[in-house]
Amino acid sequence: MVVDYLPAQKTDQLFHALSDATRRDIVERTFQREHSVSALALFYPMSFAAVQKHVAVLERAELVSKRRQGREQFVRSNVAAVKKAQVLLGHYEDLWRGRVDRMDVVLEKQSRKSRGR
Amino acid sequence: MTVSNVVTDPVALTMTIVADFDETVERVWELWRNPRLLERWWGPPTYPATMTKFDFTPGGNVAYFMTGPAGEIEPGWWHFTLIEAPHRIEFDNGIADETGAPRAGVPSMIVRVILSEVTPETTRMTVLTEFPSIEAMETFMTMGIKEGLSAAIGQMDVLFV
Repeated sequence: MVVDYLPAQKTDQLFHALSDATRRDIVERTFQREHSVSALALFYPMSFAAVQKHVAVLERAELVSKRRQGREQFVRSNVAAVKKAQVLLGHYEDLWRGRVDRMDVVLEKQSRKSRGR
Repeated sequence: MTVSNVVTDPVALTMTIVADFDETVERVWELWRNPRLLERWWGPPTYPATMTKFDFTPGGNVAYFMTGPAGEIEPGWWHFTLIEAPHRIEFDNGIADETGAPRAGVPSMIVRVILSEVTPETTRMTVLTEFPSIEAMETFMTMGIKEGLSAAIGQMDVLFV
């Protein structure tokens, strides 16, 4: 059984973050390329501070990452990174499934040996 | 099927695998404690592991290498941070350079192993791995792991033993 699992608190944060049209738009724009917060602010009829707050909500839900360069803050969507991590973890899972199978074989062989003696 | 659960978290970069064995906890512990047994299951059949140094004590180090299908050698290291026989092992696992020292610029992953008695004859093993970064994960995956995933590893077990 494979479960993609998020704790309840994380799920709440995720749904809350995506419940707002502006925030969904920020995720989409920053998925295509990195944007500064001030460049993002130009797209929406709201203050820079309001956009900054939206970005903070997305950041808490781990949907975007921020980096600072001089006075400017740049925002990048995490979606591609999360997808990539999921693929790599899938490979790692396969590796461990193989290990568990081999452990089973070694254990069986060991107990046959000890029974034989 | 012994694997009862797998949980991956692509944000935290962790994987937890839970497996049940019809064996006593001491026998499962032995698979981790005895390097000759460990060698038989750590690496895939196409990428077997050889332990060259194995100091199974808290603070102790392990040096090993994996041998690829074309004879390529991939050295690695462990550093035990916790050992509580026969229930808990924690270690850092990283890639080594030719001298066996941790390869510069490649952070290690953390592995936590918990063995618990479900019944006196059934042992549950939980292994949690925490990767430091996606970049590090990619590096680990190219170290013998990708190649080892080639088709139907499970069926080749019999050749390996």
